[in-house]
Amino acid sequence: MKYLKFILLGILFGIVATKSEIISWYRIQEMFRFESFHMYGVIGSAVVLGVIIVALIKQYKLKNIQGDVIQFNPKAMSVPRYLIGGTIFGLGWAMTGACPGPMFTLVGNGVLVMLVAVAFALLGTYVYGLLRDKLPH
Amino acid sequence: MIEFLSQPWPWYVAGPAIALVMFLLLWFGGEFGVSASLRSGLCMMGAGKKCEFFDFDWRRDIWNILFVLGVVIGGFIAFQFLMQHQAVDINPATVQHLNDLGVESPPDDGTLVPTSIFSWEGFLSVKGIILIALGGFFVGFGSRYAGGCTSGHAISGLSNLQLPSLIAVIGFFIGGLLMSWLILPFILQL
Repeated sequence: MKYLKFILLGILFGIVATKSEIISWYRIQEMFRFESFHMYGVIGSAVVLGVIIVALIKQYKLKNIQGDVIQFNPKAMSVPRYLIGGTIFGLGWAMTGACPGPMFTLVGNGVLVMLVAVAFALLGTYVYGLLRDKLPH
Repeated sequence: MIEFLSQPWPWYVAGPAIALVMFLLLWFGGEFGVSASLRSGLCMMGAGKKCEFFDFDWRRDIWNILFVLGVVIGGFIAFQFLMQHQAVDINPATVQHLNDLGVESPPDDGTLVPTSIFSWEGFLSVKGIILIALGGFFVGFGSRYAGGCTSGHAISGLSNLQLPSLIAVIGFFIGGLLMSWLILPFILQL
């Protein structure tokens, strides 16, 4: 159960992501062309509920199942890092029509060529690791 | 119930379900951020020997790798057993725009991607290589540079009202809009 619960949660996410079509290249193009509310509704309602959930966790100092108070590690402030990194990510999101979670979901859907996208995402992550000290953060 | 399960799920089901996944991950001692699993995966494959960014004990992140494994299984279950296999019902204006650029309408069998690009044959075309390989590279590089992807910044980070995550999400849209409106029409006609 220590490990199984994470697999089960992943299964839940994979089902939700497929059934709501948020892993669809078509849905991503539709979103970036502002021709549908669907993607904004999914992300927006998740964030509105997420804000409430995080506020309640902090308010009541909720503990995780290991018995530790749930902590949120704030990200260090920077503009170039998030703006440049985010923009590069956004280019890739509109090209593949998938961010990392949906890439894996699509592999499960049987779109096996997405394994190539995953391999290149791994390569991109690796190249970032090599260049990290030379990039503005 | 079966009827509901086999229909496409609306945003007001999917959004709360994703918030639930985020909460349960926190409660189980993890957090919702899928791109971090790519770093853990590289660490597991031994990239730490060459680069200190990947030099840590991946066992501490094994939950994230298991989550991703589950995501693949969930994608399989949903597509095999819970789909009506009807075309993705996107805005006709988007379909028309894509048709004009040479991309087929959403497939009738319910496949969520245009198979002329996202298939092994499609990958062997110039646009296929650019969109799949270069696109995948940008997703991996950009998410680690920005310190998170859609799940880590747009969902988890915004839920925590973090300004860095808002800046990252603005970046996601700058990149996505540039690609969809200016660059993609060019790539699709290669």
